[in-house]
Amino acid sequence: MDSNWTEPWLFMVYSVIKPIAGAFILVLMYTVFALIGRFTDPDLFSYIYVGNAFFIFVGNTLFGTFQVIQSDREWYQTLRYTYISPISYYTYIVGRAASKVAVAALAVVITLAFGALALGVRFEVSLAQIPLFLVALVLGLFCLISIGICLAGISFMTAKHTHGLAEGIPGIFYVFCGVLFPLSALPGWAQSFGRGIPLTYWFDLTRRLLLPPTTISTGLASCAGGVCRAFTDVEILALLLASSLIFFLMSLGIFKLGEYLARRAGKIDMTTSY
Amino acid sequence: MSAPTATSRIPHRLKLNLQAIVGRAYPRVVGANREPSWIFFEAILPLLGIAAYVFIYKALGDRALLGVTDPVEIARIRAGTNSLIATVVLGGTMVAFWLNVLWSMASQLYWEKEIGNLQLYMMAPMSRMALLGGMAIGGMFMTSVRAITTLVVGIVVFSVVLQVSNPLLLIGVFFVTLIALYGMGMMLASLYLLWGREAFNLSALLEEPIFFSSGFYFPVGGFAKFGTIGGAMLAFATAIPATLGLDAMRQIIVPGGPVLPIPVPWGQGAFLTADVEFGILIVLAVVFLFLARQTLAYLEKLARREGRLTSRHQ
Repeated sequence: MDSNWTEPWLFMVYSVIKPIAGAFILVLMYTVFALIGRFTDPDLFSYIYVGNAFFIFVGNTLFGTFQVIQSDREWYQTLRYTYISPISYYTYIVGRAASKVAVAALAVVITLAFGALALGVRFEVSLAQIPLFLVALVLGLFCLISIGICLAGISFMTAKHTHGLAEGIPGIFYVFCGVLFPLSALPGWAQSFGRGIPLTYWFDLTRRLLLPPTTISTGLASCAGGVCRAFTDVEILALLLASSLIFFLMSLGIFKLGEYLARRAGKIDMTTSY
Repeated sequence: MSAPTATSRIPHRLKLNLQAIVGRAYPRVVGANREPSWIFFEAILPLLGIAAYVFIYKALGDRALLGVTDPVEIARIRAGTNSLIATVVLGGTMVAFWLNVLWSMASQLYWEKEIGNLQLYMMAPMSRMALLGGMAIGGMFMTSVRAITTLVVGIVVFSVVLQVSNPLLLIGVFFVTLIALYGMGMMLASLYLLWGREAFNLSALLEEPIFFSSGFYFPVGGFAKFGTIGGAMLAFATAIPATLGLDAMRQIIVPGGPVLPIPVPWGQGAFLTADVEFGILIVLAVVFLFLARQTLAYLEKLARREGRLTSRHQ
């Protein structure tokens, strides 16, 4: 459905231009800082670049999930027909999100390859860590889709705010999950908030598995008796698994509640095109 | 009683078009007030994305300061970091207008067709430019709230230091940039209508690539460091009013002199000053408004000839 407006090759080009332009913004930001500050930091650049590459999943998956409500309700005005058909609307949204995930995966691969080949980002992946990486990737995407469906539940009740949501919600993760800079760059309260978001652990684990060890302190550690030690990979995976399950349960509840409230208020197929 | 002439009808047409402008701006302003939740979604939430870019520069600045003890060097790094954070805040302010141009101007006629209003507009006696002008004014109102919020948050929360060296030029650049941007939006509105379903995707495509090429989050003169490709990118970017507008505003309000301004190829070390950019922006504004009028006229001709402009889902 997302690609039927054009030829497949054009859709592919279209799908990767946006995220690659997003990566270029960061490359230029780093370059400009290096020029003005007369300072280079390849470790931090790799940190930023890989974080941003995997963030493509966040933007695409979240937007692809909650934007379905808006597009079907207001633009195509087909929500009422899909809604009364004998399928689960929850599953339908997951299906729509799946295509976004597939396209995002392509963009992530291209962005990472460009970083390695043209920008000198150094990757260090061992074969033994690939299963762990794949499990983390699946859990991360599962968590993202769950968050997206929570937002879809909220979208049932809101006017045409898709763009605000599309910018703002990924913005929360952009700022608080250590995607582009270590959590330690944030104020204390923001670091604590970031540690409560599962995606923080996903990004950290992904970088650990793909990049060589660096001197950057991510601020993720368990502390007991005044002594702190960094989480192990398995501990991070366990945290990711637990939080993904919590978000999945939340997505079921919030989606049902949003649906119920929208039906009760007569907003299930409203249009707000002013 | 004599028949009305073209001249005698001018006051009537003027009144009609002014009414159309107010009429089209009204639902955007009133619609916004009836749904106050938009302030949270459209003005507050997007600040987070901008904050992320601010923290990148902060993180880079903190790393650059590690181990530096020379006070002069520390001051230089801090000033450089402040100028880049100011660039992000300014860019974040203008992003609001660019997104409004894309989603509420360029795509609007296409949406109007989809929801069945376009034929009503086509039949109404006012100028189509008045209609688009009303949309632009209504959109600017909504967008100004987000832009002002971004600016205030940037100054208060991120402690950005700004220094307005020429307030009149700043106001002039800002408004001419807006006129040029919305003129571009009016032109795109007609083109999007012709291109049909690709409209949504075109708008989506003109977000990050334009943020990148127009230097919304970094001084656009940084492209010049990338040789021929960078020069070509700069040449392309200057056709987008946001590029010159942002660069001129940066030169006027960021303290410490121009930070990587747009160089000119014919002079060693020379660059486009804010007043030259102001002049180019005036030209761009006139060109885009003229092109908007032309494309609208073409669109109307097409509507009458082919009768397909009101067909939905194409």
